[in-house]
Amino acid sequence: MTTADVRISEADLADKPLLEIRDLAISFKTGSGEVQAVRNAHLTIMPGETVAIVGESGSGKSTTALAAIGLLPANGRVSGGQILLDGEDISHAPEKRMIELRGNTIGMVPQDPMSNLNPVWKIGYQVKETLRANGRPSGPADVAKVLAQAGLPDAERRAKQYPHEFSGGMRQRALIAIGLSCQPRLLIADEPTSALDVTVQRQILDHLETMTAELGTAVLLITHDLGLAAERADKVVVMYRGQVVEAGPSLELLQNPQHPYTQRLVASAPSLASRRIQVAKELGVESDELLAPGTTPRGAVVVEPTMTEDVLQIQNLKKVFKLRSGFGKSTDFTAVDDVSFSVKRGTTTAIVGESGSGKSTVAQMVLNLLQPTSGKIVFDGVDTSTLNNKEIFAFRRRVQPIFQDPYGSLDPMYNIFRTIEEPLRTHKIGDKASREKKVRELLDQVALPQSTMQRYPNELSGGQRQRVAIARALALDPEVIICDEAVSALDVLVQAQVLNLLAELQSRLGLTYLFITHDLAVVRQIADHVCVMEKGKLVETGSTDEVFDAPQRDYTKALLNAIPGARLMLPPEVA
Amino acid sequence: MIQYILRRLLQIIPVFIGTTLLVYFMVFALPGDPIRALFGDRPPSEAVIAQLRQQYNLDQPFWVQYGLFLKNLFTFNLGVDFTGQPIAASLGRIFPVTVMLAVEALIIQTVFGVTFGLIAGLRKGKIFDATVLVASLVVIAIPTFVLGFVLQLLIGVQLGWAKPTVGANADWGNLILPATVLGLVSFAYVLRLTRASVIENMNADYVRTATAKGLSRPRVVVTHILRNSMIPVITYLGASLGGLMGGAIVTESIFNVPGVGQKLFQAVIRSEGPTVVAIVSVLVLVFVIANLLVDLLYAWLDPRIRYEN
Repeated sequence: MTTADVRISEADLADKPLLEIRDLAISFKTGSGEVQAVRNAHLTIMPGETVAIVGESGSGKSTTALAAIGLLPANGRVSGGQILLDGEDISHAPEKRMIELRGNTIGMVPQDPMSNLNPVWKIGYQVKETLRANGRPSGPADVAKVLAQAGLPDAERRAKQYPHEFSGGMRQRALIAIGLSCQPRLLIADEPTSALDVTVQRQILDHLETMTAELGTAVLLITHDLGLAAERADKVVVMYRGQVVEAGPSLELLQNPQHPYTQRLVASAPSLASRRIQVAKELGVESDELLAPGTTPRGAVVVEPTMTEDVLQIQNLKKVFKLRSGFGKSTDFTAVDDVSFSVKRGTTTAIVGESGSGKSTVAQMVLNLLQPTSGKIVFDGVDTSTLNNKEIFAFRRRVQPIFQDPYGSLDPMYNIFRTIEEPLRTHKIGDKASREKKVRELLDQVALPQSTMQRYPNELSGGQRQRVAIARALALDPEVIICDEAVSALDVLVQAQVLNLLAELQSRLGLTYLFITHDLAVVRQIADHVCVMEKGKLVETGSTDEVFDAPQRDYTKALLNAIPGARLMLPPEVA
Repeated sequence: MIQYILRRLLQIIPVFIGTTLLVYFMVFALPGDPIRALFGDRPPSEAVIAQLRQQYNLDQPFWVQYGLFLKNLFTFNLGVDFTGQPIAASLGRIFPVTVMLAVEALIIQTVFGVTFGLIAGLRKGKIFDATVLVASLVVIAIPTFVLGFVLQLLIGVQLGWAKPTVGANADWGNLILPATVLGLVSFAYVLRLTRASVIENMNADYVRTATAKGLSRPRVVVTHILRNSMIPVITYLGASLGGLMGGAIVTESIFNVPGVGQKLFQAVIRSEGPTVVAIVSVLVLVFVIANLLVDLLYAWLDPRIRYEN
């Protein structure tokens, strides 16, 4: 290399990729030998460009990004290929070189704001040590400036606080401040907002976009959400089982996906579904029947008369929690405030809202797990607060829950047969043989092989576990199922399958769903009616079409706008 | 915070009364007559015995004895023991020695336990880790008296690196051998606790983030792994301080350390109520204050723990 080559002009720099990943292979040492996590990964990021890697959990997207900053877990290693940063291969660079690069040249914004700040150090210190380690001025004013730039209000005072005094959104801002504090040329953002509410998510992503644009930082965005990726990135790279299956400019890839996996991903991306259902309805597509029977006239799947009957009436429901504030004093916190709505038999009603809006508290009261402070819950004409123990037992048989976490809601010591059979045994239904027959039927209904009976929860995937949870809920032939964030923890494709299953079961068994979720995209796919909750109050209610097409309240509009990908227009034939 | 400390200090009062009462009662209930036992095979005349009983208030019922003890305590008059020496003076002699011994042992077990535990944790599964784990298990398995005699013989007598016995003039230097023996047992636990805690924290998300910020490895280890790993270790150290102070009977006997352990043992043998209770009272104070210090250290180590109201 001659000296002439070394001097690179600005124009040259813009033409040369900042980061180029070639033929990358990463393997992990496990108890049963080496496992290939990533194979033949290709990726190019130009200076100032935003590139998104999209894929489900386990697709290798995070692993690829971590390799670029030299942070693979101890049992992982780059087993082939190159990671070129400005032409320098850093895939096997010594730790000393990586320490030089980290912070200064490559920054990172990690996924979970709750666990990525050290709880024992003040926020200011955690920013300060970043600045200091990278040889930048690190006085209190510099720290405050960095935090203020990331959109943290009152930064000087906030810097003196500890992470536990911050909300999730503020912590993520602090992490963004840390990631960008030394003005790196490349920022790796690993699911930077997946742990946050949609509206907060939007603010944070907007701010990140503005900041990186100002600084000219290139961004490698890791996400499971195709809509979000398409909206935020110039280019999208789709990874599936450790391989890059497709890459290209965002819109092009969305509109014309080539690989079957990308096609499935586009088809079931919940964030794009609001368009999809619209289109499907207009075209009168048959698959529409898989979705919940709603207010719009369509094929007579459900017996009409039952649909007019209110199976559940919530009247002026209120729940006040006493918060202890020391010395025996307590302050009142109104979690649910004067909420009224009714649910018609055989339909799906969704309660949406951000965390802390009181939606789960409503669900718990409907399930009779929590006593309302005032107000009534009328189930099938009977006020549930008047029930005695025996009647509550009977009530529980007719109203069943499905909870969010398919990992936490199944007993790990019970095999699947015992899990599904348990409610039958508790309610003394049938003998051993008939119960076993019933369990087999239920497994058929949720499309799980009967051999699953002998397995344990930890042997199943998240989607399979949620199917087990559904089968268990169905065991007692309930009339109403309360789904508390039942699909939030699942990958998009699995989520779509579970939603389809729920819709199918509804049309077959005439079930009524009360769906608690923070995800409006899911609501669009499954609900007939929507109740929007904000700070304990019901702020808007109506049919799904009404709420989505003509939201009345600013809060609802903000929620709808915050759905990633909502702004993207897709041609109907894609959807 | 100050309110919290005051409240904790006030809690000492009921704890103090409760423990002394219990100990006093147990000594009172011991079988045998302490005065007769004092004279062994040649009993004195009944008049002498009666006079001694009166002198030590042994002819009074339990509640009166305990009340007199409390009264004396609050007037800073601990009385005399059965050999006629003032108890306060002998406490003044033995406690400094024991405190020195305990602190020295505490330093040894903390410094070596935390250092070795940290290195073992960071090198989990490597040779150093495996060696240290086995060695610590061996240390835990050997009883104190074996360890004590072996080290005394080996280092004290044969190699002559340290004084094999302490005797009357205890100082930091000649207490090194008993302090090592005393510290070795807890050292193994401190090491294992530190190691486990480090391994847990090493994989925390914030440690990865700290590395991603560009911090050097030593900085990550000290500021983000070590500090977060100290909480369980501090708990154990606080609890072990009490044990070091009061339970060093075996070690003190082997190395002839004129400390609390030996004195307490003798007093129990002689059913010397006032001496036993006086020593135990001081130990109770040490326990309570050590635990308060541990709780305050917690709050310093982990700001999520706050003591208000």
